[in-house]
Amino acid sequence: MTLSMPSLQATSAGLFRSAGAAACRAEGIAPIQVNHLDVFYRDLHALEDVSVAVKPGKLTGIVGPNGAGKSTLMKAMLGLIPAAQGEVSWGQTSLLAQRERLAYLPQRAQIDWRYPATAWDVVMMGRVRKAGWLRKFSATSKRAAEAALKRVGMEDFAHRPIGQLSGGQQQRIFLARALAQEADVLFLDEPLTGVDKRTEAVLFDILHELADEGKIVLAVHHDLGPTIKNFDEVILLNREVVASGVRDEVLQSEFMQQAYGGWATNWAAAAA
Amino acid sequence: MINLLIEPLQFEFMQRSLIVAILVGLICAVVGSYLLVQRLALLGDAISHSVLPGLAIAYWAGINLFVGAFLSGMLGTTIIAWIRTKSPIKEDAAMGIVLSTFFAAGVTLITLIQKDNKIDLNHFLFGNILGVTWGDVRDTAIIAIIVILVVRLLYKELLFYTFDPEGAQVAGLPVNALNFGLMSLISLTVVASLKAVGVVLVLALLITPGATAYLLVNRLNRVMALGAGIGILSSISGMYLSYWVNVPSGPAIALVAAGFFTLAFLFSPQYGLLTQPRSAVR
Ligand SMILES: Nc1ncnc2c1ncn2[C@@H]1O[C@H](COP(=O)(O)OP(=O)(O)O)[C@@H](O)[C@H]1O
Ligand SMILES: [Mg+2]
Repeated sequence: MTLSMPSLQATSAGLFRSAGAAACRAEGIAPIQVNHLDVFYRDLHALEDVSVAVKPGKLTGIVGPNGAGKSTLMKAMLGLIPAAQGEVSWGQTSLLAQRERLAYLPQRAQIDWRYPATAWDVVMMGRVRKAGWLRKFSATSKRAAEAALKRVGMEDFAHRPIGQLSGGQQQRIFLARALAQEADVLFLDEPLTGVDKRTEAVLFDILHELADEGKIVLAVHHDLGPTIKNFDEVILLNREVVASGVRDEVLQSEFMQQAYGGWATNWAAAAA
Repeated sequence: MINLLIEPLQFEFMQRSLIVAILVGLICAVVGSYLLVQRLALLGDAISHSVLPGLAIAYWAGINLFVGAFLSGMLGTTIIAWIRTKSPIKEDAAMGIVLSTFFAAGVTLITLIQKDNKIDLNHFLFGNILGVTWGDVRDTAIIAIIVILVVRLLYKELLFYTFDPEGAQVAGLPVNALNFGLMSLISLTVVASLKAVGVVLVLALLITPGATAYLLVNRLNRVMALGAGIGILSSISGMYLSYWVNVPSGPAIALVAAGFFTLAFLFSPQYGLLTQPRSAVR
């Protein structure tokens, strides 16, 4: 998938960066298509007939009230929770048939931060699949991990135990793990939880860069404050899809009211 | 003093015991570290109690004890997973049920067969490291080699899986196979440790040395290495205690391991009750 005219891309990068990059990779990375997904937790119908597309080259947010099923949707797409019905396809096959191209940053609470591992250990986990069975990590893998650490500004913390890092630093290490993995699809569950302003900036910079490279970036986003402006597309969820598409169209007051009930109307008015 | 340590080794049974003590201290700490970091200490206990019926049946049927015990331990693990996934019962309750049931069945079976077979239930429960045969040494060595080899070869995968199982699954690691492998390693290790510590106290060698090391170092491979050192020291000391004061080896080993843990708990530079920096108190 090399570009036939690299010089052209270089000159136009400044101007048409987003559109250009997305367009020339479009043939490489197809959108993820969720079709009629139903998920149950025993009797609880957590997701009902969810159909959405997640496009490459865009930063997509899943938004909705507490317990709306945001994490559930992400996990069901990733095969971490079985779906009662529906399918998730990506290009010619299912998403799960292409696992080595997927990376997932779980919700912070799901990780035991006292696990005896250093930041370096965690980033190298992103290289486990590429390294292959019964093998040690190659020099390439180590370089990829070093580059990833540098990109998130954590190169000086490689040898720190993860438990001794701040919440923001921990999140950046997980992002570095996903970068080291060189995945084409990145799913993040509430990446801003417990994170400082600097990490927030680094995180969105990198997510935008990844989207510009034509990758698929999907994040559960809890916060309806100004950070939502970072997303190009929004999936508004409340057990079913209330609306999805371009951010500002989805975040209209009528959809928000439908998803959140009365109180969100004020927010939508304030944000508009 | 030196004499006190060397002298017993002129007996062949003490040489055999020493080899087994070293091997068992080593693999228990290595495998137990995985239980520790996954917060599955109770699972170690459940598996160790689960091996008892298999042991009894193997004895009665005249097949290799290690094989019977291993199969029984794996059956226990499978039933725990089965109860947990097929009913609303949580893992800890499932472990409690399986542990007590298998243990009860084991004690019953051994009591039934022990008169005819001149075996002693206490040896199964609390260890009899001074009664180790060359056959036991061979079987223990084979298990130790398998365990160390598998942990070495799958180290990076098991690290990923035990730290972030969902992340590992998403990245495409076969997490069910890894989990099954880990359970097999634990069962094998428990089986290898029966002569030394017995089913009731295997947990002491699986968890305590690793937990001690966890207070002192903060990378899994170092927890394993230091834990192995502490485990070996504990099991050798326990063996000598058993020889000198004529107590079962299991309790002796468990008490020595607890002594090391207490030292680390009080004096660890990072987490020690008496030594940690103020800011580290959580
Ligand atoms: N493992 C589970 N077992 C049973 N119910 C669950 C489980 N996980 C989530 N739920 C329920 O499913 C619904 C959706 O949860 P979730 O996807 O975590 O919501 P969100 O991420 O949008 O806050 C909630 O009502 C939650 O209580
Ligand atoms: Mg959630």
